[in-house]
Amino acid sequence: MSEAKEGQQHPIRIYLWIWLLLFVLSTFSYLVDYYHLQGLLRWSLIILFMLLKAGFIVAIFMHMAWERLALKFAILLPPLCLLVLIGFMAIEGDYTFLTRGAAFLR
Amino acid sequence: MAHDAQAAAMSPLAQVAGDFSTDKQAFSVPWGKAMMWIFLLSDTFIFTCFLTSYMNVRLSTLSDWPNPSQVFSLHIGGQDIPLILIAIMTFVLITSSGTMAMAVNYGYRRNKRNTVLLMGATALLGATFVSMQAFEWTKLIMEGVRPWENPWGAPQFGSAFFMITGFHGLHVSAGVIYLLVVANRVRTGFYDKRGSYEMVEIAGLYWHFVDLVWVFIFAFFYLW
Repeated sequence: MSEAKEGQQHPIRIYLWIWLLLFVLSTFSYLVDYYHLQGLLRWSLIILFMLLKAGFIVAIFMHMAWERLALKFAILLPPLCLLVLIGFMAIEGDYTFLTRGAAFLR
Repeated sequence: MAHDAQAAAMSPLAQVAGDFSTDKQAFSVPWGKAMMWIFLLSDTFIFTCFLTSYMNVRLSTLSDWPNPSQVFSLHIGGQDIPLILIAIMTFVLITSSGTMAMAVNYGYRRNKRNTVLLMGATALLGATFVSMQAFEWTKLIMEGVRPWENPWGAPQFGSAFFMITGFHGLHVSAGVIYLLVVANRVRTGFYDKRGSYEMVEIAGLYWHFVDLVWVFIFAFFYLW
């Protein structure tokens, strides 16, 4: 941290560009629904636009891109554990679906 | 400054190891900012638990899941426009994030007037978002959506909807109050006396997080 400049200072222009970009990406995700895209194309586009938006918000608006690597690691790595939870719950949900199906068919 | 030059010469991983293992403060940011990040990390876990449980009930139900595109459509000018209210809410929240980012910037430049105005605009947009959400809830409740049933399909739809959007709306409402408190302190010169405008950036972190969570809710609940 330097003494002369306090905190995170960047040109306003960056924020306006990211703002515009988020608008465009949101419009794209809305159009995915509007044009009734289905199947793999739909899911992959939704996830792609979501991750891009999330990335720009965290990196630029929340200034994570300019933080030291120690803070990036401390904040961005722990949520990866959640992938394990999501994986387990997806397997469990499928299992419940199948057992329910089997029970109701009998 | 010597520290920075030394750090720049190190490899990134050696810098991390140094930050964590040396007998000094681990994160080179104000402690309030580090704590806000850690709070947001815990909030990430809470919202992921909600979204994961929503995924689980949606996977395991035998009934059809109501089509959000139709459920959240509005009848405007003689035709149904799918998800239009949700799209507008998304744009409102993104705009509020943009004004907040600029408020933080003007705060560090010691431009009190612009900081207060932009934070006020952010709070106003946040309040608009909550109002639109209240309208959406009212509409769905009138149509017979309850946490245990709804007219269109899987009964779990209502509980997932009210829990996820309700908890997010609560965050937005709390954020609006938080922003107004901080904006008022900027106005009265509280941070000039303290000599630091980092509290504006910390409030900004919270506000951007609320926008961030909405990105995931929009993708997984409304578009999926």
